[in-house]
Amino acid sequence: MSGIVIIGAGECGVRAAFAARAEGFDGEVTLVGDECGMPYERPPLSKPDANGATLKPICTAEMLAAKNIMLLDGVAAKHINREASCVRLSTGEDLKYSRLLLATGASPRRLTCEGGEHAVTLRTIEDANRIYSAAVKGTRTVIIGAGLIGLELAAELVGRGNKITVLEAGPVPLGRNVPQPLAQRIVERHLAEGVDIVCNVEVARISSRAVELVGGQLIAADLVVAAIGVVPNTDLAQAAGLYIGNGIAVDEALRTIDTNIFAAGDCASVNFSGLGLQRFETWQNAQFQGEIAGRNLAGASGVFRPPVWFWSDQYDLGLQGVGQTIGKATAQRTLSDDAKILFYLNDAGQLVGAAGLGVGNAVAKDIKLAQKLIEAKVAVAAASLEDPTTNLKKLLKPAPAN
Amino acid sequence: MANWIDACAADDIDEEDVIRFDHDGRTFAVYRSPDDNYFCTDGLCTHEQVHLADGLVMDHTIECPKHNGQFDYRTGEATRTPVCVNLGVYPVKVEGGRVLIDI
Repeated sequence: MSGIVIIGAGECGVRAAFAARAEGFDGEVTLVGDECGMPYERPPLSKPDANGATLKPICTAEMLAAKNIMLLDGVAAKHINREASCVRLSTGEDLKYSRLLLATGASPRRLTCEGGEHAVTLRTIEDANRIYSAAVKGTRTVIIGAGLIGLELAAELVGRGNKITVLEAGPVPLGRNVPQPLAQRIVERHLAEGVDIVCNVEVARISSRAVELVGGQLIAADLVVAAIGVVPNTDLAQAAGLYIGNGIAVDEALRTIDTNIFAAGDCASVNFSGLGLQRFETWQNAQFQGEIAGRNLAGASGVFRPPVWFWSDQYDLGLQGVGQTIGKATAQRTLSDDAKILFYLNDAGQLVGAAGLGVGNAVAKDIKLAQKLIEAKVAVAAASLEDPTTNLKKLLKPAPAN
Repeated sequence: MANWIDACAADDIDEEDVIRFDHDGRTFAVYRSPDDNYFCTDGLCTHEQVHLADGLVMDHTIECPKHNGQFDYRTGEATRTPVCVNLGVYPVKVEGGRVLIDI
């Protein structure tokens, strides 16, 4: 009997499996994951607690068994045969499907410079264990890429007594997804902690002892980590003739051009009418799209809608963002000396994005409310957002007219 | 035997909100619901030990400030992933404008 097959047993794939059951699907549900062991959460790998990178399972074997979800761990999908509706596994076995979900995730982008193979990357628990066991006190570590993962890792490793240099090709750190006023405060904190951050530099080559920049400067390095973003895992889909556009192209129901094949999470590029293809690389997106895709695999007809939320922890600072935070912020809310939120309104006065930075979870409540305001598409006054005594919940639930 | 502890004044908590209360090495979250009832749960989320007092209360749900797990704070029931373990809940009564919890 054929049922639902999910390729990829990360956050997205696992959520999809449970969601298909929650929707009432009673056929076979099989999760195929190329890593060995139980599915685990990736965020703690770059945001480890005091004990280092802990393996935090997404679910237990009992939870899978209770929902009759079969996990094939340590098994890779090699080929999709759409005519026969089956997936060829690395075990040589063919797995039939009635509905297939591609939750194949993304892989770290590799350096293309000479000696690029000396740089390690961070994506899996194996990668994390390799980095944290090498990065003992006194290690000279060069991190290439000043994005969120690179800087989270810098914060963690400087705390372990590493001498850290972060190299960034762009003009500023966190230039891609963090509003600059907030990014600057994070950078200042890194500098105060002794992290060296150098922008506008290009790596020429890497040896086992040093990183050489274009221009000839040498930076001694015991450990080199490349944190220069990820590329979506689309090979299987491409070989199967599915449309690829910065990810596996899907409609808002997360369905590919093959009505029996869906894609979700880091690997999926969603075609929003009017907005074009958009791909999201956050944990919440993996979870959220996974749930929608899982229900749709089981016959539902849900659609995915942004906004997407993310967070980052560096030192004791907590960054959270939601929606579109491009350009200059429309309003700024100061919660305290060390907690601030930027809001982005569109021309119609609707909130489209917000990002905040503060110690601990100081901005969490307002960012959650910002997400609800974005979803509600209500017009809000910039002045209300700026006044820290305005409870944002009141903007969400206007007082009933008398 | 009940062990009623004075946690706060009833007015210390806004309607549909939550505050933190620490006692004897333990930490709790004390809630005031939109219909003006009071509740108490363990303070830390069962997922990654983040304090729920920084989270968002909507109706009878508390959402963890970090990973968006949700609980019904009246029963402690985990209602949204990634949380899958329920919160402990404690009896609450309001007397003379004070919120008392039985821990």
